[in-house]
Amino acid sequence: MAEFLQFAFSGLTVGAVYALVAIGFTLIYNASDVVNFAQGEFVMIGGMATVFIMAAGVPMPLAAGGAIVIAVAVGLLLHRLAIEPARGADAVTLIIITIGASIFLRSAASIVFDKQFHTLPPFTGETPIVIGGAAILPQSLWVLGGGVVIVTILWAFLTHTILGKAILATAANRLAAKLVGINTSYVVGLSFAVSAAIGAIAGILVSPVTLTRYDVGTLLALKGFAAAMVGGMGSPIGAIVGGLLIGLLEAFGAGYISSDYKDAIAFLVILAVLFFMPTGLFGRASVERV
Amino acid sequence: MTKFQRLARLAAVSAASLALGLTAVSAADPIKIGSVLAVTGPASFLGDPEDKTLKMYVDKINEEGGVLGRPLELIVYDSGGDANKARTFATRLIEDDEVVAIVGGATTGTTMAMVPLVEDAEIPFISLGGAVVIIDPVKEWVFKTPHTDRMACQKIFEDMKANGYTKIGMISGTGGFGKSMRQQCLDVIGDYGIEVVADETYGPSDADMTPQLTKIKNADGVQAVVNPGFGQGPAIVTRNYRQLGIEVPLYQSHGVASKSFIELAGDSANGVRLPAAALLVADKLPDNDPQKAVVVDYKTMYEDQTGEDVSTFGGHAYDGLMILVEAIKKAGSDDPAAIRDAIEATTGFVGTGGEVNMSADDHLGLDVSAFKMLEIQDGDWTIVGGN
Repeated sequence: MAEFLQFAFSGLTVGAVYALVAIGFTLIYNASDVVNFAQGEFVMIGGMATVFIMAAGVPMPLAAGGAIVIAVAVGLLLHRLAIEPARGADAVTLIIITIGASIFLRSAASIVFDKQFHTLPPFTGETPIVIGGAAILPQSLWVLGGGVVIVTILWAFLTHTILGKAILATAANRLAAKLVGINTSYVVGLSFAVSAAIGAIAGILVSPVTLTRYDVGTLLALKGFAAAMVGGMGSPIGAIVGGLLIGLLEAFGAGYISSDYKDAIAFLVILAVLFFMPTGLFGRASVERV
Repeated sequence: MTKFQRLARLAAVSAASLALGLTAVSAADPIKIGSVLAVTGPASFLGDPEDKTLKMYVDKINEEGGVLGRPLELIVYDSGGDANKARTFATRLIEDDEVVAIVGGATTGTTMAMVPLVEDAEIPFISLGGAVVIIDPVKEWVFKTPHTDRMACQKIFEDMKANGYTKIGMISGTGGFGKSMRQQCLDVIGDYGIEVVADETYGPSDADMTPQLTKIKNADGVQAVVNPGFGQGPAIVTRNYRQLGIEVPLYQSHGVASKSFIELAGDSANGVRLPAAALLVADKLPDNDPQKAVVVDYKTMYEDQTGEDVSTFGGHAYDGLMILVEAIKKAGSDDPAAIRDAIEATTGFVGTGGEVNMSADDHLGLDVSAFKMLEIQDGDWTIVGGN
């Protein structure tokens, strides 16, 4: 039982990391149908910028705030300089642009910051909490809690505010959204800014657990993307469920079957889910507009 | 004519022209030494300090009058860690620059790409790559300075044996370093009467290793755990190890022998044991240690000139360059064949990696005593017994 709980805690910790990255994907996808592969870089900027601002002697909360501002600025610039000039291009082209942007941001980070691994101090100490013979770090609870708070705010924002509904409307049909008076360019820009902020917060929450370096974004983006897909692209709840599912699969795979094949086990299950539910667990059925 | 024959003829021609050229040179003509290093790219943490070390010491040697009364000329190319580029640059060093020896090849991959070229052109090559394949089997023109992962395993198992541990757990990274070291450890473990009762792995960028460690914790009779790995993995393993409250000793590898490991693992690092080169604990060596003077000098010079913390990788470049310079002096000429013979005859050379005694069957020349067994206490290294 203690063993089962320990694997579950491990899966929840890792899964919460994936979930936070996956949430970042959903907003930009909702606004523009673009899967932003530079999302992992926002996570990296959040962690790395906090590390380096703190190294300059700034206390952690201020440093974290500064890092979020930097990430938002990068997100807005990414939209203004790379996505906006290509408006009208189809989604695939825009996705390729975001891949290019992610390579650029990664290389820039290796110069602006450095190439070493860094860590942040855990928010509330390092003493593990023991439940039923299994140990979990307090920081893992922060990551899980952070995910829940972010997804709740995001869900309320998308469904209960005019601005949120404008984002959904822009995604559904850009021309129709324009006709009813929505400034679609502003809405897409906004979605980049908010996604960048979510990514940066994720980076700050997870860095004490996973450590951070200029190139951590690539893998986070891949796992986060897989989580978003399995949960249903565009659904904040789906992102959380998908992330936790992948994390748990990896942990139980490593614990009960073989640590050599844990990634393979996780991806086999994902493939199976997508085979039977192509839009993911919580995805909307996509209707081809004619 | 096959490609190899063409290459061989080309090499013969360049060697001949080099020989002709030499008869005409004046005493002040420089001795050319080549290097191909991963100064940028993913392996830059190796290539960058090596590049700085070589340049720093070549300048120093030249200020002090050079070698055989002639200045050294160092030609460095940046491979970016790419084996194809390393091969191209090695060709350029041999054919265009006409160097008499090569020190470099920061990684095992780039080194192995250069080996056929230097063997063909008969140019001595001192590699800074880690793996044992570089010198085992012995290649006539190829030498290396860094310790091998097999020696790290032996050092760890010696310490375990001295403490009476016979059943251990292993948790290895699946990256190149962890994979190779795991295999080397399994190859030699039988010599020490130690048995692996739990053998787990983790991916190079995994964020949590508690499932694997839980299995090791629950395995029957584990008395110690060893973690061959590199990068952030060992730091996370160390933290998870304390999180789960595992009491038996944890051994890390020489791959994490740097201050940044202690920073990343934090308090969890206390009590971790690992084998490392003397350079890491230069200030803590007893005064009668033969390496003391060498490592303190190198550390002081590197840190003064670059403002960065010294790393063992730069130390490998220092050892390579100094072995080469000694060999040129001993050979009394810059003839590649004479230099090669002199390198192979290196004995009693004390470098940052240990005392080097090369022979026809040993192109590394270090033994297990080149490693110190360290334990991390209060966030700092301490040398523990049995060294």
